[in-house]
Amino acid sequence: MTVARKSRSSGNWWTVYGGPLLIGVLSVAGLLSALLSEGPGRYFSWLALGAPVALTVWFFARRKRD
Amino acid sequence: MVHTWSSLISTLFLLLLCITGLPLIFHHEIDELLGYDPKPEIAQPGAVKRSIDEIARTALANDPGRVLQYILWDKDEPNTVVAFTNNKVDGDPDAATLRAYDAHTAKPLGSVGGGPMLIFLKLHVDMFAGQPGKLFLGAMGFLFLVAIVSGVVLYWPFTRRLSFGTLRDKSRRIAWFDWHNLLGAVTIAWALVVGATGVINTLAEVMLSQWKANEIADMVKPYAGKPPPVHRASLDTTIERARTTAPGMNISFIAFPGTPFTSSHHFAVFMRGDTPLTSRLLKPVLLDGETGEVSDARDLPVYLKVLLVSQPLHFGDYGGMPLKIIWALLDIMTIVVIVSGLYLWIVKRRKHRSHAIAGQPSLQPSR
Repeated sequence: MTVARKSRSSGNWWTVYGGPLLIGVLSVAGLLSALLSEGPGRYFSWLALGAPVALTVWFFARRKRD
Repeated sequence: MVHTWSSLISTLFLLLLCITGLPLIFHHEIDELLGYDPKPEIAQPGAVKRSIDEIARTALANDPGRVLQYILWDKDEPNTVVAFTNNKVDGDPDAATLRAYDAHTAKPLGSVGGGPMLIFLKLHVDMFAGQPGKLFLGAMGFLFLVAIVSGVVLYWPFTRRLSFGTLRDKSRRIAWFDWHNLLGAVTIAWALVVGATGVINTLAEVMLSQWKANEIADMVKPYAGKPPPVHRASLDTTIERARTTAPGMNISFIAFPGTPFTSSHHFAVFMRGDTPLTSRLLKPVLLDGETGEVSDARDLPVYLKVLLVSQPLHFGDYGGMPLKIIWALLDIMTIVVIVSGLYLWIVKRRKHRSHAIAGQPSLQPSR
């Protein structure tokens, strides 16, 4: 049945909530990592919490114009 | 409905919180720039730190007629000591004066805090309305959490036909609708954590008085009914004994007898660890105010540990400057979510009033 799946916007649970969920899990990991480890945890937190910002910029850059 | 009303009621206050919170992320840097964050003199090599008793005397001489409430050691400024004085040991926190002293020379370095950032802080914490204002903002923060969760539920019917990150510019309304969804979706976890930890912080006084009424009362049971100390023990002796009781830890602050952080007869020395997490988890040591003998030392109850760990997660001050900048960007994104949400509501209402305009693409949940 996965073979027959049509477009990405067919509206199943994962296509709607998958992206936000991944970003959410990454954000929480970033929030905690800087608290639990001073060195590497800090660098990871910059990447993980910077991801929502970077993703937004990316979506903005590739948006379709009518 | 839940999303509309929880958001609408809290909108103005959330905007206030997000806007005043923005400069507060950088309050340390701004205070430094404006001269409200005094720096110690460069210590001579081999210089010995002055006794805390001497610094306490200097502090009282600098603010005659006042009493000491707390002496604090900033983790990042080992060469300064900050003394809090007030008109009474349990005086109004707003009436406290904070002055920094050089740890090596005991010289006064200037007052700490104050200036424009204090105004932002007061607006952010209680809108100059004291404890009721604080609890009110806590309730607004709770509505914010409700708005986020209800927004997650609404996200499904409104975006199930769109791929994640769709930004259309068919009309101004659709453009704002897409931005509201995208920014809301990517900031959910951060906004929930900052919102929830902010709500927890509004309950700080409640938790502290709970702790004082139960734990502290239990710790000082043998002293029940004893008057406040007449001749106070030496601070240096008291601190040294606290250090011995909590080996491997550093002093965060000492609370004088009668202040909200201890009993009327005891000093409380709050010790901290040295990792990012353990430096937040304070361990109080209670010491007899007259003899400086250790009375008791216990870990804080879970609710106060939660409060202490929630603070960095709200302030964003625990991951260096890059984390602060990211915090600010996420805050700005949240402001856009709030403003676009308000805009979408106004447009929808206007449309309802003047009936639907034919041909306008509608923003209805798709089935």
